Amino acid sequence: MIGLAIDIVLWGFVAGLAVMAAMRSRALAWEGLRDGAVDFLRLIPRLVLGVIGAGFLAEVLPQDLIVSWFGPQSGLTGLTVATVVGAIVPGGPVVGFAIGATALKSGAGAPQVIAFIVAWSLFALQRLMMWELPVMDGKAVWVRIAVSLPLPFLAAAIAMLVGRP
Amino acid sequence: MPPRRRISSFDWSTGVIAAAAVVAGAVVYLREGQDRFLAILGSDVGLMVYMMPKVLAGCLIGTLVALLLPREVVTRWIGAESGWLGFVIAFLAAVILPGNPLTIFPVAGALLIAGADIGAVVVFVTTWAVIGYQRALVWELPFMGPDFTIWRIIVCLPLPFVAGILARMAMRAFGKGGGT
Repeated sequence: MIGLAIDIVLWGFVAGLAVMAAMRSRALAWEGLRDGAVDFLRLIPRLVLGVIGAGFLAEVLPQDLIVSWFGPQSGLTGLTVATVVGAIVPGGPVVGFAIGATALKSGAGAPQVIAFIVAWSLFALQRLMMWELPVMDGKAVWVRIAVSLPLPFLAAAIAMLVGRP
Repeated sequence: MPPRRRISSFDWSTGVIAAAAVVAGAVVYLREGQDRFLAILGSDVGLMVYMMPKVLAGCLIGTLVALLLPREVVTRWIGAESGWLGFVIAFLAAVILPGNPLTIFPVAGALLIAGADIGAVVVFVTTWAVIGYQRALVWELPFMGPDFTIWRIIVCLPLPFVAGILARMAMRAFGKGGGT
């Protein structure tokens, strides 16, 4: 149900944007749709591998190990390890969320998974090197990294305070 | 027009995932038998079918917004306002802009060059990283489920502002001129 609702919202956006582009020029709308479709085709191999890999990995990973490292009782150590792993994991969203989903299925605590996702979103070293440093002032990047260091822990702390609904 | 980003279809991290998927699949098949293997594969294929229309819509939104909303426009929005309003504008702009690093970081870089306050730039990048709707809808929701995703986003709402305030404090403490 919710999946269908999201599809409707997303495709509503697509339709609205395509109409806006077409009002400027047909060629512009065509260019956007064609480039987006090409991006999609290129993502498919990654999507297939990520989804299938996550399913099998969750089955294979030793559950006790995940629980003892990242389980709800793993405390600050678990958060720190989750944050470091999030920062060094290479690759795009398929990889990041496949790992997050695998960990959650295998018994990791939700705050630990949040710390991992936030750290991955903020720090992913590969993204930092390839996309951020080349186009941004170096000092600004280091300021951003430095002030972001507490954020995975802050997110996990808020998550624990709020509690999972 | 800035050069268009391209998503490459295969890179080394995908290779690692491919290897892990094959090894894990083989282990499941050998250890737990064909039935379990097929059951997992079946549910994964179901998840993939569920994701496909969202991922396609996400890609189309990404390219269309990039065409309709050139980075100069965004730069003007955020660059014009410093102070708390700058934080809010940076936050909203990053929520609206579809996320991929090739469009976000050039905007952030241009903001700095245009003289925007570093706090606002940090808010912009942090919001894109932890809240951006496109990544959440297209990737996080199918993998993590709606309950987890919505909860995580709510939990993360304060983070960009914390980072922005810290960045401003850092610039005041260590930046040139000692600040105000």
